[in-house]
Amino acid sequence: MLKFETWKKALVLFVTGFGIVYAVPNLLPDNPEQTSPPSFIPGQTINLGLDLQGGSHLLLRADMDAVITERLNGIAEQLRLSLRAEKLRFRDLRAQQDLVSFSLRDEKDIPKLSIVTNDFSSDFNVATEGLKTTVSFTESGLQALADQTIEQSIEIIRRRLDPDGTKEPVIQRQGRERILVQLPGVDDPERIKRLLGKTARLTFQLVDMRTTAEDARRTGRVPPGSVLLDSTQEGQPGYVVERRVMVSGELLENATAAFDQNNRPSVNFQLNAEGGRRFGRATGENIGRPFAIILDGKVVSAPVIQAQIFASGQITGNFTTEETRELALILRAGALPAPLVVLEERSVGPGLGADSIAAGEIAAVVGLVLVIGYMVLSYGLFGIFADAALLINIVLIIGALSALQATLTLPGIAGIVLTMGMAVDANVLIFERIREELRGGRRIAQAIDAGYQRALSTIIDSNLTTLFAALFLFIFGSGPVKGFAVTLSLGILTSMFTALMVTRYFIVVWANLRRPRTLNL
Amino acid sequence: MFRLKIVPDTASFDFLRYMPAATALSGLMVAASVLLFALVGLNLGIDIKGGILIEARSGQKADIAALRADLGRLNLGDMSIQSFGLENDVLIRVQRQQGDERAQMQAIEGITAALGNSYEVRRTEFVGPTVGAELAQNGILAVCCALAAIMFYIWFRFEWQFSVAALLALTHDVLTTIGLFSLTGFEFNLATLAAILTIAGYSINDTVVVFDRVRETLRKYKSWQQTRILNKALNETLSRTVMTSVTTALALIAIAVFGGAVLRDFALAMLWGVGIGTYSSVFIAVGIISRFDLKRSDDEDNAVPVPEYER
Repeated sequence: MLKFETWKKALVLFVTGFGIVYAVPNLLPDNPEQTSPPSFIPGQTINLGLDLQGGSHLLLRADMDAVITERLNGIAEQLRLSLRAEKLRFRDLRAQQDLVSFSLRDEKDIPKLSIVTNDFSSDFNVATEGLKTTVSFTESGLQALADQTIEQSIEIIRRRLDPDGTKEPVIQRQGRERILVQLPGVDDPERIKRLLGKTARLTFQLVDMRTTAEDARRTGRVPPGSVLLDSTQEGQPGYVVERRVMVSGELLENATAAFDQNNRPSVNFQLNAEGGRRFGRATGENIGRPFAIILDGKVVSAPVIQAQIFASGQITGNFTTEETRELALILRAGALPAPLVVLEERSVGPGLGADSIAAGEIAAVVGLVLVIGYMVLSYGLFGIFADAALLINIVLIIGALSALQATLTLPGIAGIVLTMGMAVDANVLIFERIREELRGGRRIAQAIDAGYQRALSTIIDSNLTTLFAALFLFIFGSGPVKGFAVTLSLGILTSMFTALMVTRYFIVVWANLRRPRTLNL
Repeated sequence: MFRLKIVPDTASFDFLRYMPAATALSGLMVAASVLLFALVGLNLGIDIKGGILIEARSGQKADIAALRADLGRLNLGDMSIQSFGLENDVLIRVQRQQGDERAQMQAIEGITAALGNSYEVRRTEFVGPTVGAELAQNGILAVCCALAAIMFYIWFRFEWQFSVAALLALTHDVLTTIGLFSLTGFEFNLATLAAILTIAGYSINDTVVVFDRVRETLRKYKSWQQTRILNKALNETLSRTVMTSVTTALALIAIAVFGGAVLRDFALAMLWGVGIGTYSSVFIAVGIISRFDLKRSDDEDNAVPVPEYER
């Protein structure tokens, strides 16, 4: 009589039941809203990776250099104002690569300098040497700036990609200045990059009428307080515009795609109360002058102010309707604090994802049939036991993937198929041992017992070493490779369980029922 | 009843006789692999060296020549266009563009624009130079850490000679696999790196099974010559070795044939790994420990449990 302790029986039944309960939701048709499954069945199904369900994976870097330069420019302007307010005479005030510097003209003013420099927080390093003063970011200041920039960027990215809050994108910070974006179910990955490719800094500035863009280009000189900007339209020389900003995009309340009176696509915008007041004052004083609508440093158009404008206006350019829809969306979402650079992209269309799932399923079924057939041919009835354990093993892997909410990728499917081949290894070890013991002249029950006991240490040693390899794949791997490591590790653990416990259960029940006199293994 | 038995019950091959030949063969293969790697190098995937990959499907049979002419006008430098899987599918690989990441994005836009409406873009992958270097670094780190962990585990469970032998056998597997990729020009990418780690895992699995039996046989037949013991251990595990190799190979063949083009290289690399892993467990791992004078005393904590009826 072979023994199989009651607690082991209970464990086998419990774990198998657990696996089935968690695996079943994956087989149910996709209608979570209409019919809720019985409450004892957990609702989670396997998370399909972006390579299977289609979608975009983008690793972005916020261009901190641009932010730092801009911030330093702002500091330089602020210094200019406060130095003037304190009546300190200075020269060479400018923002360079990563610092702002200026020199006082008069040594007598040095003691008074602290009135100005004391305004700087601990994020800045202020160094004075003789007449020259430099202001730069401290390391913690840079860190704080990066923190703030990334935090804001994540918020803006979310609003641009998921304005309705329905798409469940993953938007995470990675490292100091990187952002990971994963958006499932994307038809047009280029659109995402278009939406994230613009910082969408919108400003309205008056066109400087003292010179023309052609003259400025030819002479290389621009009147003080103005700047030469390119136009978004090809072949247009650009515009000389005043540096002073009438109204900027932060004051926007809403923006929508529309058409102008000539039926050309345009974007209608609405300013908030503050914006309306400023815009009204600026346009009221400058009727008859053109003002430039500037997006990310380029002039979209420069209409002439016909009358005082308050809260609402219209942007026209050479837009398509698609472009106006996207522009309205990113204007509503707000400007990004820093330009985003794509470091890595993986986009899979929905068609390919579906094909991959189908191919993976076929490979799994074919692999399963081959392995099952081979096991039956080699071991007969015991082969069938091992095959049943293999099926339970697969159910357990699927159940565990669902319960852990792990992500199944295409390499992950390969991991499952590979596990099927390797999962029977433990049973092969045991069966070969039993064969040997039988050849050594043992009785059946003894041979079975000895087979399991002697194979045990081998099975543990060999599986643990494979688990190490999988573990390091998981730690250092990225994306799809990680998915492979997850299914491989789960497969090793579940296959040890099914080979040692489940087949044992089958064999014990069979041996005790049949009491076989001979065993043809 | 019929039983499929590839290895007969009475197998008694003299494996150790072939050790010198196997050592020579393996030495040659490793040397050739290192040479190939140094001289020819690897066909690195874009996820390691950086670059752009676009998979597109046309409504009818893809006209690769026309596509090559169209895309050639973009002046993106080194570009490979090949049919992929079905005849409607094309795979476009473009080298890393001069300039920063923005230049890469413009290249992708240019290609998708040139593909126009006659192609559906099914997959876009782009890896910038910074990220590519990091990914490769992590992959190499993973392989090295896994090898070290496996070595320590075997040292802990067996004698040190086994650990050295297992590590050499594994290194042999990894190097010859790299050599194979260099020879065939198959793309070496992150998935390949994962395959190599899995090969390492599979190979060590095999080696450990053989080692376990060697240790057991050493304790059982203390008066036997070491050569005879090693041969006996190998013969006794041979049936299992072949069984497991065949089942794993069957699963891998299913992936290679039906799993789609993306998984094919991965499955082929693994198939090679199953072969080389099995070979190295027998001829390299056991070959190396046969040169040592192995300890035969019983270590209490590592002893094989004695079944009840033998006590």
